[in-house]
Amino acid sequence: MIIIKENMCDFCGACVAVCPPDAIELREAEIRIDEDTCTDCKLCVYVCPIDTLEYAA
Amino acid sequence: MKEKFDVVVIGGGPAGCVAAWHAAKGGASVLLLEKNRSIGPPVRCAEGVGDDGLRLIVEPQPFFIQNRLEGIRFIAPNGSAFEIETEKHGYILNRNVFDFYLAQLAAKEGAEIRTKAYVDSLLLNEGRITGVKFQALRKSYSVESSIVIGADGVESRMGRMAGIRTQLKMKDVESCIQYKLANVDMDTLICNLYFSREISPGGYAWVFPTGEGTANVGLGISGEYGKRYAPKDLLDRFVARLFPAASVLAITVGGVPVTQTLREIVKPGFMLAGDAARQTNPLSGGGIVSGMIAGKLAGQVAAEAVQKGNFSQNALKEYEKRWYKAEGNYHKMYYRLKETIYKLSDDDLNRATQAILKLPAEKRHIINIFKAVLFQKPSLMFDVMILFKDHVKNIINALGK
Ligand SMILES: Cc1cc2nc3c(=O)[nH]c(=O)nc-3n(C[C@H](O)[C@H](O)[C@H](O)COP(=O)(O)OP(=O)(O)OC[C@H]3O[C@@H](n4cnc5c(N)ncnc54)[C@H](O)[C@@H]3O)c2cc1C
Ligand code: SF4
Ligand code: SF4
Repeated sequence: MIIIKENMCDFCGACVAVCPPDAIELREAEIRIDEDTCTDCKLCVYVCPIDTLEYAA
Repeated sequence: MKEKFDVVVIGGGPAGCVAAWHAAKGGASVLLLEKNRSIGPPVRCAEGVGDDGLRLIVEPQPFFIQNRLEGIRFIAPNGSAFEIETEKHGYILNRNVFDFYLAQLAAKEGAEIRTKAYVDSLLLNEGRITGVKFQALRKSYSVESSIVIGADGVESRMGRMAGIRTQLKMKDVESCIQYKLANVDMDTLICNLYFSREISPGGYAWVFPTGEGTANVGLGISGEYGKRYAPKDLLDRFVARLFPAASVLAITVGGVPVTQTLREIVKPGFMLAGDAARQTNPLSGGGIVSGMIAGKLAGQVAAEAVQKGNFSQNALKEYEKRWYKAEGNYHKMYYRLKETIYKLSDDDLNRATQAILKLPAEKRHIINIFKAVLFQKPSLMFDVMILFKDHVKNIINALGK
């Protein structure tokens, strides 16, 4: 699953743009990943410019 | 608030504001929804635009311009550099003020604007988009409309909800980070672009002077290198080397689509515009002007559709047609050029720069520069020859956007 280091997120949307199943939702200052939809592909982890996201098996 | 509008625009960036402005100007009743508390901030942008591009939408005005630029300098991996002779100049906007101004233009034409208004879904009826549902300050609203314009930026979830595949490939997104630096000592008339795999693989680094000893300094790497490199580490190294005495006043990150326009940007009752439609210039990553062009065309077509009472996919396809004629066709070419440039190694880039520096200054225009670059990789020549055939003029224009 993907772990969010929330105090690091800048809410820029890069991860949302590459997420294949559209599992990420961003509000003004809130990020949520729907665990049921997420496929653990890790693309969001790689695209995030400031390492907000981390994969944990 | 009203429950029905002719046009609802989602997203208050340059594309959305200009779409709302032109739809309202054409006589439509318009609602613009922005999820953040304000139009403008947080600005995720280096704020550079060309004079001719800007003038397609608005007259340049001192109050939204931070700095005026007179040239572009390209810096090779080994530090050798050349400037491009351009008679055209450019600007560093103050995007906070600029985006606000665009929203004001929309409001003056009668568009209603709501901030802190998060659109969570589209209303669908028999295959048509018929409105939006949004939340504002904990209350939920449902608004019907004849046309919805999705201008929700790089995220582009509205497009997905309308049934358009908007997901970006990793190689077609730049993962960017930028600092606003103070205490930098530099020429304020020139913007600097650094091309080097070592600095920013699959992208470039920029130093845009914003006046008074400040600058927007950032870089983007292709998403496909994201597994191996952290943009923040790369930028820290770059800044430590160039501006060791500088302080960081602001940090911003973002994703920039560097691809061709989506295959579909129109559905029944629905249009996509700006970064959301992947209408960003894929060669430069610039999306302010191209987003505003798209917004203007979408807004105009929406207003025409309202007047005629025809909201079919076919009627809205007029927007697609106008977009390709204005910009979209060129983006296909810029995309291939981008792919070509990022195949060059640092040695190729160094050698190309040496060749360019041997040219007399007045011959350092874009055509000769590309020739010099391509000479390093003859295998790429054929690909680019095809591009050059009809489009020399357009490539020159591309740099102004
Ligand atoms: C680091 C960086 C530097 C850049 N430098 C330049 C540059 O120098 N020159 C240039 O031309 N371009 C530059 N760009 C690109 C430029 O910033 C964008 O292309 C431009 O902002 C796109 O405009 P837009 O209106 O399409 O989208 P945006 O400006 O992203 O606006 C989209 C808006 O939609 C809102 N939104 C999203 N989802 C919802 C929702 N569900 N409900 C309500 N609102 C929503 C967002 O909050 C946002 O305000 C840069 C980008 C980055 C990341
Ligand atoms: S791991 Fe893949 S599916 Fe899960 S949130 Fe990230 S990009 Fe989306
Ligand atoms: S890419 Fe990173 S910083 Fe940007 S919204 Fe996603 S998690 Fe947050």
